[in-house]
Formats: sequence, C-alpha cells, structure tokens
Amino acid sequence: MFVGMGYQATTSQTVGPYFMIGLEPLNRDQIAAADIGGERINIEGQVLDGDGQPVPDAVLETWQANEEGRYIHPEDLQGESGGEGFFGFGRIPTDAEGRFRFTTVKPGPVPAPDGGTQGPHIVVSVFMRGLLTRLITRIYFFGDPHNEKDFVLNLVDPARRGTLMAKPTDEDKSVLVWNVNLQGENETVFFDC
Amino acid sequence: MLGFCVARKEAPMKTLAGYRRLAPGTQPAHLHLPYVSSAKRAPTQSLVQMPHTLSEITGPVFTSRIVGDACIDLTRQHSGEPLGERIILSGKVIDEDGRPLPNTLIEIWQANAAGRYFHSVDLHNAPLDPNFTGRGHVLTDAEGHYRFVTIRPGEYPWRNHYNAWRPAHVHFSVFGPAFATRLITQMYFPGDPLLEFDPVYNCTADEPARRRLISLFDWQTTIPEEALGYRFDIVLRGRDATPMEGCS
Repeated sequence: MFVGMGYQATTSQTVGPYFMIGLEPLNRDQIAAADIGGERINIEGQVLDGDGQPVPDAVLETWQANEEGRYIHPEDLQGESGGEGFFGFGRIPTDAEGRFRFTTVKPGPVPAPDGGTQGPHIVVSVFMRGLLTRLITRIYFFGDPHNEKDFVLNLVDPARRGTLMAKPTDEDKSVLVWNVNLQGENETVFFDC
Repeated sequence: MLGFCVARKEAPMKTLAGYRRLAPGTQPAHLHLPYVSSAKRAPTQSLVQMPHTLSEITGPVFTSRIVGDACIDLTRQHSGEPLGERIILSGKVIDEDGRPLPNTLIEIWQANAAGRYFHSVDLHNAPLDPNFTGRGHVLTDAEGHYRFVTIRPGEYPWRNHYNAWRPAHVHFSVFGPAFATRLITQMYFPGDPLLEFDPVYNCTADEPARRRLISLFDWQTTIPEEALGYRFDIVLRGRDATPMEGCS
C-alpha cells in the first residue's frame, strides 16, 4: 500500500447515521469534573440544516484548554499546569430536536502564532450523515476582551463573526447559546485548517 | 501551513510546526450532489483558511484509563458466536512521512453479516444478530499496529437513489496526535462490485486516494481453518517541515 517517498493522508468518509454504535462509549457532555477550577459554563444549541430543520444525527467533538489556557497535551510547552484531572475533550451527539448541551469550564486565553494571545475558545469538529468530511469551527465567548485582538477572528468577515460567539441568555447567565447553522443567512463560519 | 510559537514568560520561545495541508483532490468536498443528503448539510460559504495554532496541534491524549480495556474481538461480546464469515482486520497507523503513530485511538463500527446495524434507525428488514453488536476500539501499539477479529459486514440497501446499495464497509474513527489529524473514514473490501456505483466511496475526486480505502486481502494475517485476513493501513496528516519564520 505504501509505495514511494511520501504518503497521502487517508480520505475522509461520512460518519453515517449509525455512529452511535462505535462512538457512544466516549460520549461526554460533562467536560470538567466538579473539582476542576474555573468559571463553570453550560453551552447549548441546535444544529440546523439548509431548510432550518433540526439535525438529529450530528455529533460534536470539542477540545479546549483549561482555565489557565493550557492544553493537556505534550506539545503544550507553557510549563506545569496546576489543573489536575482536566482532560479537555467532549463528544456530544444531538438529540431528536437537533439539540446539544454540555458543561465545562471557560478556557483561558491561549498563545497565538504571532506571539500574541487568542481569545478563549473551544475548537469543534462537527460530524453527521451528509457530511463527507468534518466541519471545523470554534466557540468564542461573546464580550470577552481578548476577542478584539484574536488573529483567527480577525480572519473572519466581521458580519459573520457573531456565528462563532456563545452568548448568555437573558434568564440564566450560566447558560450560553451557540448554534450550528449549516447553511442560510446565519451560516456558521467553518474553517479550513 | 504556518508554524507555531509558544511564548511564556519564564522560558525561551519554542517553535512548533503545524500539520501539512491535505493534497488537493484527495479529500471529498463537502457538497457532492450524487450523495443526496449533502445538499442541505454542506456549507455554502467558503471555508475560512487559517494556520494551525496551539489549539489545533494539540488534541485529546487517550489512555487505557480513559477508554477502558481494548475491545478487539467483535465475535466474543455475547454468549454465542455471531453468524458470518470471520475475518482478521489489521493494519498500521502512520503519518504522511511514514512514521508510525503509537497509542492512537481507533474506534470501529459495522453492520452484521446480513447488512443490518444494531441501531434503532436502521429499518432494513434483514435480521439482527443477537450475538453481534459491531463495536470495537483499541489503542495502536508501539509500532502503530492494530488488529481486530470480526465478521465480514453485509452490503445493504439505502434510499439515496433508486436501487441504491452500500458496498460492504467498516467505519473507522481515528484521532492521531492532534485536533488537526482527526479522521473518520470507511474501509471497503477488494473486488466489491458495488464500489463503482457508491456515491460515498466515489465522493473523492482522486482515484488512487479512493482506492486506498479498499483493504487488501492478506495471507500473512489469514489464520488457517479460522479466518481470512484483510489489511487496512491508515495515514494521518504529516508535520509541516518548515516552522514559521520570525518567531524568536
């Protein structure tokens, strides 16, 4: 199978409608255990297709830093983190109404390639039947002062940046709403990276 | 792909490389009209290109403590043996530079021998097999190898178009070392006559890239009087060789 000097990454295929069989054991919507430090937040939303119909068979995977902005990974070289026991990975399937909800701690700002700082964010992969390869997006936090200088946000048309912002609801400030619109007027910004 | 600098007050700058961009044509576009359900689910706006940052070059580091004991024999998850043709499914996970990727999580799922999934939304009137769930997972070994014992999944009809049938396949989910290397794909079997008609298999423009989704029949892993062997090697994105200039 491997002939020649270099290899090419294997082709992506859709996750299909039956992914729960294989992926369910690692579902996690409680991303930070009770003893993990940081501001506790709930993020909820809905995945909607081009007709505005809920997508009941999508799965989101999230990856984030801890409250200090450190990733639990050998290539995060920011030094020892005080946050023991944090893993940073979430896997949340949508329900019959296309809704998802997860609980975590707000990540801290993380370093940017330009030497600056990225606004606190969660990176997200979206998989579903009908998507031949994942969609990549980010959840930022509406009103966070670090957003202004975030170089990734600044790559995005200002008119569309709002689709990346988790916003508190009027009733409950601990619940942030962030939706995935696959198409349409408020189509979510997806990244190629 | 740009590289990445980690700045911290108490230590010198450290430069890390991102992951290489995928070769054009070797990955499917989001919209592939012959695959009907892509029409309302593929984004219509251009993707925003961005370099990798620390968020993309890191990713979940799975350990056996997190994922539990490996589940590599899908024929021994119930009281009896599943019906169907027993197979050994094995291979290696490497990156585009040929480096083995050890300790990387692989999750698989598949239909039973009759072409039916153990899932409530699968309404195909083929029988369920009480001895087959069709779920497995394993962490690759120190050389990037994995191995499952399972049964050959059946082909099955779907409603994409008139008389549509999916070729026999096994779903693979692989993480690799970073958010950037995450891959979900499907593995097919050599000689399957349905491949040329399947809009999912054919969604990738580049034919050699498509063909690499087809496993190879493998005498080496075939066990006499027990099971046929199929080999499926998986390649994840390689590291960018040239970190971004001007970081220090």
